[in-house]
Amino acid sequence: MSTAKAANLEDPIESIAPEEESVVEGQREISNIELKAIIESLIFVADEPIGAKAIADIVDVDREAVEAAIQDLVEDYQARPGGLQLREIAGGWQIATRPEHHEHIRAYLKSKPSAKLSLASLETLAVIAYRQPVTVPEILEIRGVQSPSAIKTLLDKRLIVAKGRKETVGRPMMYGTSKEFLIQFGLKDLSELPSMEDFQDLAGGAE
Amino acid sequence: MEETTQTLEPEAKANTSSDAPQTISVAGAQPEIAPDSDSDQLKLTLGEFEGPLDLLLYLIRQDQINIYDIPVARITDEYLRYLQLMKELDLAVAGDFLVMAAQLIDLKSRMLLPREATGADEEELDPRMDLVNRLLEHEKFKAAAQMLWSRATVERAVFTRAEIETDKNNPEVVVGLFDLLRVFQEILARHKEEVLLEIEREEVTMAEMIERLRNMVRSAGELNLLKFFERAQSRRELVVAFLSVLELVRLNEISLRQRETFGEIVAKSVSPA
Repeated sequence: MSTAKAANLEDPIESIAPEEESVVEGQREISNIELKAIIESLIFVADEPIGAKAIADIVDVDREAVEAAIQDLVEDYQARPGGLQLREIAGGWQIATRPEHHEHIRAYLKSKPSAKLSLASLETLAVIAYRQPVTVPEILEIRGVQSPSAIKTLLDKRLIVAKGRKETVGRPMMYGTSKEFLIQFGLKDLSELPSMEDFQDLAGGAE
Repeated sequence: MEETTQTLEPEAKANTSSDAPQTISVAGAQPEIAPDSDSDQLKLTLGEFEGPLDLLLYLIRQDQINIYDIPVARITDEYLRYLQLMKELDLAVAGDFLVMAAQLIDLKSRMLLPREATGADEEELDPRMDLVNRLLEHEKFKAAAQMLWSRATVERAVFTRAEIETDKNNPEVVVGLFDLLRVFQEILARHKEEVLLEIEREEVTMAEMIERLRNMVRSAGELNLLKFFERAQSRRELVVAFLSVLELVRLNEISLRQRETFGEIVAKSVSPA
């Protein structure tokens, strides 16, 4: 079939590759510009955020070179007033649309904003995010209400995961947030959450 | 929870003269309580009180009370009145609300007891501190929940590329007619090599062949077409077998899959949608 046809020709993809001044090591020498382009295409194709280490392993280049190239790319994206952003999320890199164009994208995808979390679920999630690993009784203590359905919802949505049992009376299950949580809330990692002290002003500021 | 509005005294207009009640958003809930200055009647709109701590916080903010110096007796009364209203409105009062009511009453009675004079550090001895700390902690988490909510809202407006074929681990390539013909050719060729003594035998009809295929697919769940074709005893039967495959595909009873190019073709019964 198509293989027979292709055999007569030189590889059409290889012949496209540009010839640039080459710097970086690897099996074949890769120029900085090419490395940037390769990284961009990898981030584009990856179905979840891809880390610098994973890219370095695939391209066979050191991690520092990859990280420098990513920084370069980020600057490119920021300089260009385009519809896409290159961002760090859940410990990896991702190409995504900018939020301001969501209406048109939704119109095309014919999608509605997905089901929102209830207030109870959000509060439970906040407690788990800041106090993890945390048990159900500890969540109850802070919220003042039982939250079994909230915990089930969060588990179903894979926003939280069980993190083993606490060595105390009854050995209750401990919960923590998942990678999916970082993705859905647009966080690089947990340290990007505003610190609990930042909420002090909000909370105590009423008197 | 649905918002419930009830006017206990229909004539009572929302008294918003000098002390207009400040509407405070308790993380999404916007309850309103407008005490009528002349009477004990309340016009209230119940917001979404997730729990007793929410209600308590709301009452405190409502009366603009310094949270570090809660007038326990007054707040307890208001709290209990609110519970009473919830009962009158036939709202199910969760047990958590009653537990808090008991704690408040306990606190109220302890406040009546004289403090120990030895206490140099008054804060330590204030029986309210425990509750205050819980309330402040709770309020912080409400703020955190709101922060998460706004983050999620922004995130929902961000899209990544659509799924591509390789996102699924085991892509099944749909079989084309030529692939099917090729398998058929292979079998035919194999049959040619065998020297056969032609003996008159019972002819299998198309209907019987279709039934055989149906049963084989159904019993095994999926069926390698090579196996099906190999059962054919003659060239003619093979043709009938091939036609029956086409027929069942046409009737949408089975679907054909090929996991890799030139690989084996597998028939699966199409589950009724």
